[in-house]
Amino acid sequence: MTAGETLLEAKGVAKTFTLGKVEVPALRGVDVSVRGGEVCLLMGPSGSGKTTLLSILGCILSPSAGSVSVMGRDTAGLPERELAKVRLAHIGFIFQSYNLFPTLRAVENVQVALDLRGVSGTDARDRALAALASVGLADKADVLPRDLSGGQKQRVAIARALVAEPAVILADEPTAALDSETGRAVIALVRELAVTRGSSVVIVTHDPRIADFADRVVRIEDGRIVANGEKTP
Amino acid sequence: MTIRIALRNLLHDRVRLAVTLTGVVFAVVLIAVQGGLFVGFTQATTCVIDNTEAEIWVASRGVRNFDVTHPLPPRKFHQILGVPGVGRAERVIVRFANWKKPAGGRESVEVVGFDPGSGLARPWNVPAGAMAALKLPDTVAVDALYLEKLGIAGGKGVGEAVEIGDRRARVVALTSGIRSFTTSPYVFASYENALRYTGMEDGQCTYVLVRPAPGVAVEALRDAIRRNVRDVDVFTREEFAGKTRHYWMFTTGAGMALLIAASLGLVVGGVVVAQTLYATTMDHLAEFGTLRAMGAPGGYIHRIIVIQAVAAALVGYGCGIVVSFFLVDLAARGGASIVLPPVLAVGLFFLTVVMCVTAGLVSIRKVTTIDPAMVFRGA
Repeated sequence: MTAGETLLEAKGVAKTFTLGKVEVPALRGVDVSVRGGEVCLLMGPSGSGKTTLLSILGCILSPSAGSVSVMGRDTAGLPERELAKVRLAHIGFIFQSYNLFPTLRAVENVQVALDLRGVSGTDARDRALAALASVGLADKADVLPRDLSGGQKQRVAIARALVAEPAVILADEPTAALDSETGRAVIALVRELAVTRGSSVVIVTHDPRIADFADRVVRIEDGRIVANGEKTP
Repeated sequence: MTIRIALRNLLHDRVRLAVTLTGVVFAVVLIAVQGGLFVGFTQATTCVIDNTEAEIWVASRGVRNFDVTHPLPPRKFHQILGVPGVGRAERVIVRFANWKKPAGGRESVEVVGFDPGSGLARPWNVPAGAMAALKLPDTVAVDALYLEKLGIAGGKGVGEAVEIGDRRARVVALTSGIRSFTTSPYVFASYENALRYTGMEDGQCTYVLVRPAPGVAVEALRDAIRRNVRDVDVFTREEFAGKTRHYWMFTTGAGMALLIAASLGLVVGGVVVAQTLYATTMDHLAEFGTLRAMGAPGGYIHRIIVIQAVAAALVGYGCGIVVSFFLVDLAARGGASIVLPPVLAVGLFFLTVVMCVTAGLVSIRKVTTIDPAMVFRGA
């Protein structure tokens, strides 16, 4: 990955959901691109289309119109099986409610991301332990999620998202369930790890306090980008 | 990792796991017992035929099974003896009679009359030397399983004097493990004694057992007897055993009832396992959705569910087969005939795995249709 190179790009993305006989537009022609090493915040009121855009950027939802390219590969029209391969190869996810496996220990949760990519055994465990150490949880490797605090769970989720060194990190409200201090610490950590590795980071958030950690803030309202501004350092 | 996730998912809810395993054990035990009864009954219907040394059975025309047939007139025996290729032929009587218990009361028995000298239809599992005693007048052999039923358990059987068909009889030998499919125990006696107990006329018999002369093919001799002796049915041993088995198991519906009960066990067990595996899958739907969002191939997720199903099958089968063998052992001491041969136990193992994996297909269908976007909806 090269810092500055566009790793994730959406062009003219529109998405319309059909609820019964009613068509509800969620996105109306969105253009956005994220470079390697850049942290981009998607902000906007509830129902503005942030999460829909994140799902489309993450190849989880297909757009009704427009295109999305990940690492230069156009994903338009790809079947779910191929989209899953794109997600597996290039994208790491961080979820609002952590989405950890409650029956697996912290290190095993991280190992899952490697196992999906065919890395197993001692190598996987060593890499998972290193990822946990990088988020400051080396001593919690064998702890089940139920015995971790919210901040610690989110750190495990970050380790899981980063362990396979994906080009793109997508985070959905990663601080929503955390107190402000822990939230800031988590975002700082994501930024540090991602920027160091040259990954593109897109974070959906309502939290204006974490804007300090972003290179760019994209504001969405009613499915349209209303502001797309790079911050000055 | 898939194994770890699958096993942890199963162990996560112990109560649900217990229900799953109970379903599997229930199915295994029900199928084993019903299947074992089927095998036991099947073997019991033809045990006398299977244990004779005669390759060919001749019966009156229209015979449908071993236990019930019309007598053959004396001349048929002599006609059979005259067929070229017959090495040896013997008359055998199989007929129901009344057994009068020493303490009073009657019991129906199935008298098997044979020639103790050559013994083509002699009892098996009988102590050495006891056969000679059956040559004496008014002597019989019964199976130890039925001493109580026959009212001679008090004196341990041997030496007891009873009446069969209002004729005096004395038990001189005990066989072991010779079960009757009908409710009437077998009573082995010499041909001459059996004639008296059954009220048949001298020279009559119900079967003529034939051994071919050296070098004569069994099928060829069977066909020769069919050509030369009229108004009789002629079978090889295997044919007659098959005819008898089919009659009792399928014509009477007894076998079908057992097979249906075994099938019900399979269905009920399968439904229980499917339901509990489905519930387990639903409990962990968010994790499966997360896996899909992360890009897990369908096979990865399916493998988790199949491993859960196979694990439930292995543990459930292990417990179920132990319970089944315990019940078989318990039944062997009583009058029931449950036979659980290795082939049935092994077949049941594979059937259990297939049942559980099939039950898991419902869950696989569910996870296949998970929308990975659920992970962004706080699911």
